[in-house]
Amino acid sequence: MPDSLTLNKITAQRGMSINEATRRVADLGWTPSYVQEAMTFPTDYKIKKTPRDPMKQVLRSYFPMQEEKDNRVYGALDAALRGDMFRNVEPRWVEWMKLFLAIIPFPEISAARSMAMVGRLAPGEELRTGFAMQMVDEFRHSTIQMNLKKWYMENYIDPAGFDITEAAFGKCYASTIGRQFAEGFVTGDAITSANIYLTVVAETAFTNTLFVAMPSEAARNGDYALPTVFLSVQSDESRHIGNGHSLLMSLINDPDNHLLLERDLKYAFWQNHAIVDAAIGTFVEYGTTNRDRNKESYAELWHRWIYEDYYRTYMLPLEKYGIKIHHDDVAAAWDRIVKNHYVHYTAQFFSVGWPVNFWRIEAQTDRDFEWFEHKYPGWYTKFGEYWKWYAKLSHKGETNILFNTDTGYVYPHRCWSCMVPCLIREDFCYDEVDGKTYTYCSETCRWTHKVAFAAEYEGRPTPAMGRFSGRREWESCYDGWDLADAITDLGFVRNDGKTLVPQPHLHFDDSKMWTLDDVRGHTLGSPLMNFRKLSVEEKEKAAAEYRKGFVINALN
Amino acid sequence: MSVTETQTIQKSGAAGSAKFAGSDSRKYNYFEPKGRKASHYEDMTVDVQPDPERYLLQDWIINFADGTPTYDKTWTALKSSNWHQFRAIDQEWERTHYQRQSTIVGMISNVIENGRRSGAPGRFDRAWVKVLTDHLGAYKHAEFGLGTATMQAQRYGYTQMINNAILTNSSYKLRFSQDLTLYLGELALDIEGFDQEAGKQHWLEDPVWQGTRQAIETVMGTSDFLEQYFVTNIVFEPLVGELFRSGFIMQMAAAQNDFMTPAVVSAAEGDYERNLANAVELFHLLVLDETHGEHNRKLLISWMNKHGALALLAAHQLQPIWSQPRVKAAQFTDVLDLAKNRARAIAAEIGFDVRATLDQ
Repeated sequence: MPDSLTLNKITAQRGMSINEATRRVADLGWTPSYVQEAMTFPTDYKIKKTPRDPMKQVLRSYFPMQEEKDNRVYGALDAALRGDMFRNVEPRWVEWMKLFLAIIPFPEISAARSMAMVGRLAPGEELRTGFAMQMVDEFRHSTIQMNLKKWYMENYIDPAGFDITEAAFGKCYASTIGRQFAEGFVTGDAITSANIYLTVVAETAFTNTLFVAMPSEAARNGDYALPTVFLSVQSDESRHIGNGHSLLMSLINDPDNHLLLERDLKYAFWQNHAIVDAAIGTFVEYGTTNRDRNKESYAELWHRWIYEDYYRTYMLPLEKYGIKIHHDDVAAAWDRIVKNHYVHYTAQFFSVGWPVNFWRIEAQTDRDFEWFEHKYPGWYTKFGEYWKWYAKLSHKGETNILFNTDTGYVYPHRCWSCMVPCLIREDFCYDEVDGKTYTYCSETCRWTHKVAFAAEYEGRPTPAMGRFSGRREWESCYDGWDLADAITDLGFVRNDGKTLVPQPHLHFDDSKMWTLDDVRGHTLGSPLMNFRKLSVEEKEKAAAEYRKGFVINALN
Repeated sequence: MSVTETQTIQKSGAAGSAKFAGSDSRKYNYFEPKGRKASHYEDMTVDVQPDPERYLLQDWIINFADGTPTYDKTWTALKSSNWHQFRAIDQEWERTHYQRQSTIVGMISNVIENGRRSGAPGRFDRAWVKVLTDHLGAYKHAEFGLGTATMQAQRYGYTQMINNAILTNSSYKLRFSQDLTLYLGELALDIEGFDQEAGKQHWLEDPVWQGTRQAIETVMGTSDFLEQYFVTNIVFEPLVGELFRSGFIMQMAAAQNDFMTPAVVSAAEGDYERNLANAVELFHLLVLDETHGEHNRKLLISWMNKHGALALLAAHQLQPIWSQPRVKAAQFTDVLDLAKNRARAIAAEIGFDVRATLDQ
């Protein structure tokens, strides 16, 4: 056969160019003249400039490409089972997946729903194809993650917690923050939620820590399934980032939008930081057994992905369009992670609350201590004694750490804005909105609730902006309840009717597992409800006391 | 040994390596399956969109400015005693969706590639080529309109099952509108003088298409998302969509030397069977609802009256197209009768009467 003869050359025929194909597809739309398109969700932004689709892809190539990605994912899951992955997987890691995978499918499908909101707002049809593909992508992500979770449930040693996953998601005090994330994508001003909060900040910045950094840690813990699924998910994100940026560019050219853009970038960056760094930081740093000193810590990952990659190359260039970037917030977020121990306080909070979790958390050990001290100098002084207490109190028969007053831990207030507790005590603040007192983890979260989510912003009416609602402080749902009754109500009891789903250890042995009887006799309370009962002076005094923080007592 | 070194090392993290409370609980246990066992589709779908009436302890935590929560039952005038009862008949989740869409793309690509390679477009009857440019070219916009209307509608449903069924409906419609667009573009490579602009011009200006455009724009302009879903699958598809695709293109094409177009268009017929099954299941459940069934039945009849009249007007306006091919292989009156019978059969399956609309 001549060297030059190939199958492609035999079968090739003249086709349409990509540009021609996307131009024709974009021309499918028209301006209705008989009936105007239905009003969709409102926005206070003005969109005059038609956004362009940077990806230039059509569904004819999209579907086979996605099917091929799926084939690789499902093939890898089969291979993992054949290779007996679970024999070597680290249970410490998989336990945290009960929380992570309970949270993430709802934000994903919310992103699909949000495409309806931006799809109709953006003038022209070119980007609508991009939004349509993102809609189907997000449907992919939500159901592929439900499938991964089912796969863990079927093959991991302890399925309890996976088996109740979506019920647990709706009830758990930790998954609250995931709901804030998801509802933020689809509720309120359509551009604020579906463009700035979702694509410009969450997908462009924070999916890197979610879907790239975290899977690397999974692999270090013998879990090859999570990287397989999530790196495939992340490969779709570049399309979403393109959609978001394109719509942002059509907004940013109109100076009338700048005030709102500045508001939304501030709100979205800070809340993404507060939520994602709390959760993913904890999974990466405390869910791992790998203590390789050469690997990057979460703080180092954050610096690479959020500071260098996002802030310096994406956010800063926006200034040339005349909008103010909140450099101080980026610096403050960085300080919270490296100086104020945000991730470590979050892990501490999650572990204090283990009886109302639906996954297991084991104690950190000496090996972990060394790594933390190496990566976060001063960590041992601050947190070493606490984890020793945690190990001691993980044994059945001890008073559970949530109610054990010997430790010195003070249960935190909940932030009404990001819904993570007010863990950096010195930053705690409170304010009144519509005559009611609320507590916040930081000044920016106070601003988010009181100033950003309001009917006007800096004198400009913002009728489309959403409002915080619901029973946002989880603790108030069980104020005055006995701990055992609350756990029963949550449904976090195993199928023998008495053993708790959560355990403060990794013993897969009935004799060591805590039951309802082991936690009965302690009454839950709402910090906010108690705080609201105080007089003005008492509130200020209590806040000052709270800001002083607490000291963990030495374990004798 | 220090206090922090007391954890037992578990030898294996694999299922079955230890027995303890809950170690055998390997099924999602928070919803009632439709059948004896939960299907994989149900496991992937049910309860992912939460509901304060089920497990959402803290209620929706962000509202729109007027107090409307993230999801609200008032976004449709239809009522249900249990919105969570519905399961999509086609049981689609991401993997099956991509497999099916990709198979269709492959089928269409093969037909077009092989047809073009054999020189088939050059043998199309000249009058038929004009039908393709003007009318198949116009019809692609109708499909796009339904795709965007359902893309909009998938935000509003009260459960994940409803919204995902509408989402896949949208995905199928948008793919098919692009299938037609690219197919016509490829024919233009092989047929000299093939006018790719003609379709949109006919869609916007030709009186033959104005009834269809009005019907589609009315779907796009409807603010009730289940009205959009109903009109798409229960009204427009049988009375106009199938009428044109099956009753005209697929019946006429072979007689005009065209074996390619019917194969391309057949994909939409397959898509519709699945979308129809999902829609019939949903509306049937709503009509059977013990508390709200009668209210729902009356509402569906009123939607049928309003949109059915537009669809019938659109269908009648399309009649001249049946005269344009050189070889007349199908009669408009025959296929319209079939379309009406189809709509009657669908309505009967759901459980409402369409005589007021169709038997005028």
